[in-house]
Amino acid sequence: MYKIRLAEVSYDFKNLRNLLAKASPARSGDVLAGIAAENNLQRVAAQWVLADMPLTRFLEEPVIPYEEDDVSRLIADQHNASAFQPVAHMTVGEFRDWLLTPAASSETLQSIAWGLTPEMVAAVSKLMRIQDLILVAKKCHVVTRFRNTIGLHNHLSTRLQPNHPTDDPAGIAAVIVDGLLYGSGDAVIGINPASDSLSSTVTLIKMLHDIIERYQIPTQSCVLSHVTTTLQAIEQGAPVDLVFQSIAGTEKANANFGITLDLLAEAHQAALSLNRGTVGNHCMYFETGQGSALSANAHHGVDQQTCETRAYVVARQFDPLLVNTVVGFIGPEYLYDGKQIIRAGLEDHFCGKLMGLPMGCDVCYTNHAEADQDDMDMLLTQFAAAGGTFIMGVPGADDVMLNYQSTSFHDALYLRQLFNRPPAPEFLHWLQQHEIFDKNNHLQACAELPELFARPLTPLLN
Amino acid sequence: MKNKQLIADAREIISPLKSFTGARIALGHRGSSMPLNANLEFQLAHAQARDAVNIPLDFAQLAQQLHSEEIVRLQSAVEHHAEYLQRPDKGRLLSLSSLSTLRDASNGNPDIALIIADGLSSKAICSHAPAVVNQLLPAIHAKAFTVAPLCLVKYGRVAIGDPIGECLNAKMSIVLIGERPGLSSPDSMGIYFTYQPKSGKTDAERNCISNIHQKGLDYSSALDKLMFLINEAQKLKLSGVQLKDQTESAVKSQQQCHQNFLLD
Repeated sequence: MYKIRLAEVSYDFKNLRNLLAKASPARSGDVLAGIAAENNLQRVAAQWVLADMPLTRFLEEPVIPYEEDDVSRLIADQHNASAFQPVAHMTVGEFRDWLLTPAASSETLQSIAWGLTPEMVAAVSKLMRIQDLILVAKKCHVVTRFRNTIGLHNHLSTRLQPNHPTDDPAGIAAVIVDGLLYGSGDAVIGINPASDSLSSTVTLIKMLHDIIERYQIPTQSCVLSHVTTTLQAIEQGAPVDLVFQSIAGTEKANANFGITLDLLAEAHQAALSLNRGTVGNHCMYFETGQGSALSANAHHGVDQQTCETRAYVVARQFDPLLVNTVVGFIGPEYLYDGKQIIRAGLEDHFCGKLMGLPMGCDVCYTNHAEADQDDMDMLLTQFAAAGGTFIMGVPGADDVMLNYQSTSFHDALYLRQLFNRPPAPEFLHWLQQHEIFDKNNHLQACAELPELFARPLTPLLN
Repeated sequence: MKNKQLIADAREIISPLKSFTGARIALGHRGSSMPLNANLEFQLAHAQARDAVNIPLDFAQLAQQLHSEEIVRLQSAVEHHAEYLQRPDKGRLLSLSSLSTLRDASNGNPDIALIIADGLSSKAICSHAPAVVNQLLPAIHAKAFTVAPLCLVKYGRVAIGDPIGECLNAKMSIVLIGERPGLSSPDSMGIYFTYQPKSGKTDAERNCISNIHQKGLDYSSALDKLMFLINEAQKLKLSGVQLKDQTESAVKSQQQCHQNFLLD
C-alpha cells in the first residue's frame, strides 16, 4: 500500500504517519525529530504515494492510536460521516484537484468542513503549492462574532497587542492609543502579560474593560494568561471577554501546556456563562504553532505540520472567535528561515480555514532565525491574498515584552490599501465616526488628536 | 537620515507618551506606510540583535564576578554555536564529561541547584547574572537552604536544569538564562524555577520570571518573586502552572507605577 518505485529507486513508507512525514515540505523541525525525508527524491516519492491514498484510509489508520491520545479520540468523535460524503470517494490527489475547481464553492467547502479530519487536510496541503494554498483558502469563509463581526468576505481584522515588559498601565495605554490611531484592534485588544499572577491578570482585564467601555470601542479584550488563571479571574468576577489558551495537537503536548480537553471545556462554559458578547458569543481565543508538540517531546513521530493541524480539531471543538498561528515565534529549530516560515504560515491558514476556523496569523520571526522584514512582507502579502482573517498590530513591529518581531500597525494599513480590506464593520464605523479612517476606509490624515482622545492626552503632551 | 519635516500629525504629537514605554509608538506615517526614519532605526536594532546572538559568553570573567566559593563549569551535549541554534534537544542534555564533572562536585542532597546558562544572549548574563546571584545567595542562606555548587553551562537550554538537578539530587533548580534578544532589549535575562528537577519534566512544571533587564523587571522584584516561588514550592511540593505567583506585580511594588491616563 505504501510502496512505490520511482526513478529506479524502490520505497516502502510502511505506514501513514511515516508517509506524511516523508511527504512534508522540508523544515528544520522534522529534521530535528529525525522523521524528515532523507533527500528530495524520497520526499517526492512519498508525495506520489500520498496522492494515490484514498481519503477513507485516514479514518482507518489514526496516526496516533485512539487508545493513546485524547486528540485522536476527539478526531474520531468529531468526524461527521454525512459531511464527508461528497469527497469520500476521492484520493488525496483527487481531492487536491477538486478543491481547485468551481465545484468546491464556498458553500460546499463550508458544508464538508466537519467531514474532514486534520490528517486529510494536512495531507492535501503537502501536495499543494503556495498558489494552491492561497486560492483554496480564499474560498473558505468563516465568520465569527462577539462585539463585532470578524471574517466577512474581503475584510481584514487586527489584534492590537499592547504588551509591556512590566505590565505598566500607562505603558499599555500609550500603545493602545497609538494602535487605535492607526485603526488597529478590531479582532481583539489582547495583552500578553509579563506576569501570569492572578492579581495582575485581573488588573489588566479590568483596565481593558474600562477602556473599551469608556471609549465605546466595538471590540473585545483578552489577557493572554494561562487558562487556569483566567478561570480564577472569572471566579473573582473579573469582566472576561475572551478566554485565551495555547493549544497543541497531541494529549501530551497539551499536558505540557498544563491543559486537558476537560479544562478547556470548563473554561469555555465559564466564558459562555458571562454572556458578554453583543452580536455573538464566540468567546475563545486560541494560539497554535508548528513545532509545539516536538518542543514538548510529544509528537509521537508525527510531522510538525500534521501535529499543528490536529490542534485545529481541539480549537473547533470550542467555537473560537479567533485562532492564531504564531508561525515564526518558536525559532529556527522548527522553522529555519524565511522560506520555511512563509510556507508554514500559509499551510496553517489553509488547513485551519478548510476545517472551518477563523484563522489569523502572527506573521513573525525571532532574531536567531534566518529571516528579515522582506520575508515578513512576503508572508503578510500572501496571507492577505489568501483571505487571512487577522494579523497582529505591534508598534513598529517590535514587541518589547516577548522579544520578537511581529507586524506593525502600518503593515495592516499597507494591506488595506493594496487589497481594499476594511476592518470589521462595527469597528470601521467607530473609526470613521472619530475621523481616524476616512469614508474610503483609508487612514485619515489629521493634524490634531480625535476629540475623544484630546481630553485625556492634552495634559500629557505639553 | 536627517530629514526633519515640520509635520502637524496627531500620530506624531503623542510622542511624549514614549516616556511610559519603550515600544515604537508615535512613528507617524508617509501615505499609510512607515516613515523611512523608523525603518532605518528598526534595521539598526535588528542588526545589533542578530549580532548579539552570536557573541560567546566569557565564562572565566563571569566566574570571577560571582561571590560563590564553589563553581563548576559544564557544557551541554552541543559542540558549537550553529548546532546550539538547531538542536535544542542537545542543549537540554549534559555532555558525558560534564556529567562526570558534576558527579564529582556533588555534595549530598542540597535544597537548591543554581545554574547559569548562556542561552541566546551572552550579554544578558554578563549584565545581570552576577548582580542577581550575588543578591540571591545571601537570601537563600538566610533562609537556611543548602545550595549545590554553582553551575555555569555553555550552550544550555532551559531544561538543562533538569539533568543537573537530578544528578545533584537537588530539591529545586533555578536556571538563569539569556533570553532571545529583542530589538529593544538585546540583554534580557529569564529565571526558570523547577521543583524536584529531573529529566522529562515538562514546561508546565516550571515557573518563569522573564524580562529581567534595565527597562524590564528589576532585580529586587525578580528576587521577591523567586523567593516566593521557593517558599511556596516547599509547602505545595510542586512548581509550574499550579503554583501561582501571588506576589504583587512588579508594577505595584518596586517599579515606578504610572496611572492609566485613559481612565483618569
